[in-house]
Amino acid sequence: MAKKIALLQGNEACAYGALYAGCRFFGGYPITPSTEVAEVMAKELPKNGGKFIQMEDEIAAIASVLGASLTGAKALTASSGPGISLKQELIGYACIAEIPCVIVNVMRGGPSTGMPTGPSQSDIMQARWGTHGDHAAIAVAPASCQEIFSETVRAFNLAETYRMPVQVLLDEINGHMRERIELPEPGDLEIIDRQTPPVSPDQYLPYDPSFGDIPPLAAFGSGYRFHVTGLNKAADGFPTTKAKLVDAEERRQLRKVEANRELIEKNEEHMIEDAEIVIVAIGTISRSARNAVNQLREQGMKVGLFRPITLWPFPERRIAELAGQAKAMIIPEMNLGQMILEVERIVKGACDLHGIGRVDGEPITPSQIMEKIKEVC
Amino acid sequence: MSFDYDKYLRPGKLPHIWCPGCGHGIILKGLLRAIDACELNKDNTAIVSGIGCASRLPGYVDFNTLHTAHGRAAAFATGIKMAKPEMNVLVVGGDGDGVAIGGNHFIHACRRNIDMTYVICNNFIYGMTGGQFSPCTPTGDRASTTPYGNPDPVFDISQLAIGAGATFVARSTSFHAAQIDKLIAEGIRHKGMAVIEILDDCPTTYGRRNKFRSVVDMMKRFKEQAVPVAKAEKMSKEELDGKIVTGILHREERPEYCEQYAQVVKTARSL
Repeated sequence: MAKKIALLQGNEACAYGALYAGCRFFGGYPITPSTEVAEVMAKELPKNGGKFIQMEDEIAAIASVLGASLTGAKALTASSGPGISLKQELIGYACIAEIPCVIVNVMRGGPSTGMPTGPSQSDIMQARWGTHGDHAAIAVAPASCQEIFSETVRAFNLAETYRMPVQVLLDEINGHMRERIELPEPGDLEIIDRQTPPVSPDQYLPYDPSFGDIPPLAAFGSGYRFHVTGLNKAADGFPTTKAKLVDAEERRQLRKVEANRELIEKNEEHMIEDAEIVIVAIGTISRSARNAVNQLREQGMKVGLFRPITLWPFPERRIAELAGQAKAMIIPEMNLGQMILEVERIVKGACDLHGIGRVDGEPITPSQIMEKIKEVC
Repeated sequence: MSFDYDKYLRPGKLPHIWCPGCGHGIILKGLLRAIDACELNKDNTAIVSGIGCASRLPGYVDFNTLHTAHGRAAAFATGIKMAKPEMNVLVVGGDGDGVAIGGNHFIHACRRNIDMTYVICNNFIYGMTGGQFSPCTPTGDRASTTPYGNPDPVFDISQLAIGAGATFVARSTSFHAAQIDKLIAEGIRHKGMAVIEILDDCPTTYGRRNKFRSVVDMMKRFKEQAVPVAKAEKMSKEELDGKIVTGILHREERPEYCEQYAQVVKTARSL
């Protein structure tokens, strides 16, 4: 059977990906350049038994998402830099209380109001560290509209599997760009639902470590009455300040991601096998990088592209391997040097690193990348 | 037969954190009597709170309980109610949590007229952090951050709720223990946003700074200042100065939010 084809904007593809994943709740607040995600959800959710609500502010939007998720619904919110900044406290709440949800960040320039209609990749570090306290983070950074669809599905799968918030990082360019998409049929892409308790309500503990690092989550209203708090808590969900219990819970929560890196990480490699120069780029800018690689290969230069699709956890093992093979790594990013810090931390001087930063609201072009490579290599 | 509170209390979670003389325990008992009177199913009831002394209440009671972040209870509760409208949703919290940091969520929950019952324990102070003034601290009073007297005007929570669109608003005090459960029960039975403001005593961080020699003095003040709605209607503005009007202050019928959204669903599906 012929595939269903659609011409979709990245933000629309994101919304349809969420619906495909089984998202049944959207709580949002308008912010450029993410609003199309909310607009599609407002139109589509009521048709298929879902709920859409436009809340009074960014904080309320994620609060409603977490409340809805606790009732068992797959839940989504979408925003951009300033809105994500406002959501940070409750991103931490989702981490400590272990409530699955997906947060889309269509990145724009900053800090503060910045450039609402300009592209940016300046929330790379916000996606990792954007809330107080130690916490694990998962973020995906798709490049094309097709991939925005499938990575949004995967973001839900990761959120439900690891019982935590997962961020989808787009930017103003791929969020607003239109591309041809093959819409997957039901069953084409894997859909994962959260694990529910295999024990009776009287035996259920919401953070029971005997189930391993990812305890099953019961739904409010399902007969499992339990307590949820943002305080450090013990396995029974009630607050504790007992050093041993707090330490065990904190470490378990970080382990959920650390111990499952292989399952969470996803990268794409292009002409990397013999590459002496490796470009590390994500999202929109990886497309400029791919073009640069192809042009430089024609000129006989051994250049390749390494593209983290899962941005967080960062692909440490593979980057370290590539650093042993490459003479230099080039890190183009639409900010003034965020991802390069992470690469530097892993590479530890094993090869030269050269960043290309841009924050003027224009994308980094293939020729800009080629010029940089010719200048330094 | 005396009321069986144990039916609703989580075993092993008491004693509570509240100071001797605090009114929150009186409100907790009233809340449980109201829930019992309304025959709410424990499995199908969520109690949501923010941060503060009153917000510790959900931890003690045997329902689906959610102790959220400071000020955000109404927004979390809105998500629960929207996603599962068949659940009974109650919110409990203090004055600072509800109408300072959470003020935006509070007024918009009122505006939507979403079916939930918000019990707001107004003890005029931030108790948990040691007695800083709240938007409900009377002008001129002492708090740890108003050492020369409070320069701020006061929020009237009940009037704020009415103005924002809540369709059931009632007020009582921690002295009027027998009235609290009846008002909360009325609020639970009401379809729409019900706000029950309970003026509450905090002897530890408010009373001792403001010339209340004892908890009894604070309770006496509530007794003396309280005026039932019916009586207040016959009194002049001057006569009501310094009084606390108690009872059901406002009740109206207006479409409830989840029912309104059900109409949206109908429209979307008919196209």
